[in-house]
Amino acid sequence: MYQVGNLVRELASKHGRARESLMPILQGIVDRHNYLTDEAMVEVAKELDISAAEVYGTASFYTFLDIQERGKYVIRVCKTITCSMKGKSEIIQTLEDMLKIKVGETTSDKMFSLLETNCIGWCHKAPAILINEIPYTELTPEKVVEIIKDYMQK
Amino acid sequence: MKNKGLNKVDLIFEKVNLREVLTKAFRMSSEEIIEQILESGLKGRGGAGFPTGLKWKYTAAEKNPEKYVVCNADEGEPGTFKDREILDRVAYKVYGGMAIASKAIGAKYGIVYLRGEYRFMLPQLMKELGSFHKMIDDTGYDFRIRYCLGSGAYICGEESALFESIQGDRGEPRNKPPYPTTSGVFYKPTSINNVETLATVMMIIKHGAEAYTQLGTKDSRGSKVFSVSGDTPTPGIFELELGMTVQQFVNEFGDGDTKAVQVGGASGFCVPRKKFNETIIGFEGVPTGGSMKLFNSSRSMYNVLHNYLDFFAEESCGQCTPCRVGCQQLLKGVQKVKKGEVKSTYLNELVKLADTMKIASKCGLGQSVGNAFRTIVENFREEIIY
Repeated sequence: MYQVGNLVRELASKHGRARESLMPILQGIVDRHNYLTDEAMVEVAKELDISAAEVYGTASFYTFLDIQERGKYVIRVCKTITCSMKGKSEIIQTLEDMLKIKVGETTSDKMFSLLETNCIGWCHKAPAILINEIPYTELTPEKVVEIIKDYMQK
Repeated sequence: MKNKGLNKVDLIFEKVNLREVLTKAFRMSSEEIIEQILESGLKGRGGAGFPTGLKWKYTAAEKNPEKYVVCNADEGEPGTFKDREILDRVAYKVYGGMAIASKAIGAKYGIVYLRGEYRFMLPQLMKELGSFHKMIDDTGYDFRIRYCLGSGAYICGEESALFESIQGDRGEPRNKPPYPTTSGVFYKPTSINNVETLATVMMIIKHGAEAYTQLGTKDSRGSKVFSVSGDTPTPGIFELELGMTVQQFVNEFGDGDTKAVQVGGASGFCVPRKKFNETIIGFEGVPTGGSMKLFNSSRSMYNVLHNYLDFFAEESCGQCTPCRVGCQQLLKGVQKVKKGEVKSTYLNELVKLADTMKIASKCGLGQSVGNAFRTIVENFREEIIY
């Protein structure tokens, strides 16, 4: 759980309080806190003077606007056809073994969430993953281990 | 049939002097620009293939003084990654294309809708946008571009869903008509064009429509950037002249064992080996937004179809019943056939369902699920059943 009042006001001052500012504000909260709490969505609704249901409606539509608790680093493994053909399963297996969680789960220290996602546009360099917004491509289990080790030390 | 074969072209990524091209465009009248684009035969490069000049003509004809140019950079079709490359290497040409569009239709504002998956590119793109704005101010032309970022929804590549998303709503497609040229983003007349289309516009203005029509065929003018992936020794991005056959494409990019090419991504068409020779890549044959996936004989086409259906079942916005329920039932249906829980003739019922979705779905997503479904089931029926 996190306190969000100041951040919402800060984001609303930056992006404005019109309805079209809703997405950038929600994206800004996820950027800082990894996911949207009910409290955060209510706070945004108050700030933009719209119903909380509207905020929830928009938030729940978009895959990257998570409304479930997520870790500091959200790993999204592409599962679309080329990545799937080029070794996605081994990548998932490596991540699950290393982080001791299954797809859809978050580590108990709230550092990592492991998710699958649809095509992220790196088919020519498959398999690929996103960690937050950063893409990693042409992966092998060995490369994945190195990348995650780096994140663990951050 | 006589055709031109496979020719590599370097138009989209060719370096140009932005200021020179824009100065040329700004000296032209709105009508002259539209005339050039119409003459070039350019069709939208996102996949749907609507003539760009017509889109601009309709938007220009609208009386509303508030109009928008929107660049669709929500590249989400499985197997497509060329728009990222274009933005990465020649974003200034995309901005330039937007400025030319704004002159043609009479707009002062442009919006680039960038998919959330490409957020890592934003700092660099904003920097280039800053230089672009400085240059445009120097010319004395009044135009501003801003970015909107998606958040992981394939459907937002559909133009009216994209407008909803810019407006802060759920990305659910609207009923059409009215079309975007009348009522687009913020319900104002809008010309929405793909990244590649806008970059191409720059080159048409630079070289002239006549030079551009030398490339391609009657129905598919010009060149196109292809995203090549799957079972190929040379995956990547290639600009090719339109009008080649799938066979010629496979000769260049195949691994010697290609059994099928999926042209146009999950919403496109599967071309089996026996049809490589007769199928032209373009609007006269199989249209494509640029996604070309090659599959060799080690691949199960059941797995390919299952992967696509899983994709659609997740990415359907859920608004209209034919698409929401249809995608789920197609997925369940092929699973049942594979497990032998139903007779193989059940596949015929599923094809009928896909055909119904084509007629009854509200937008292009539901309407095109049947493309891959029908072409994979018809050509690889045994692989789906056994």
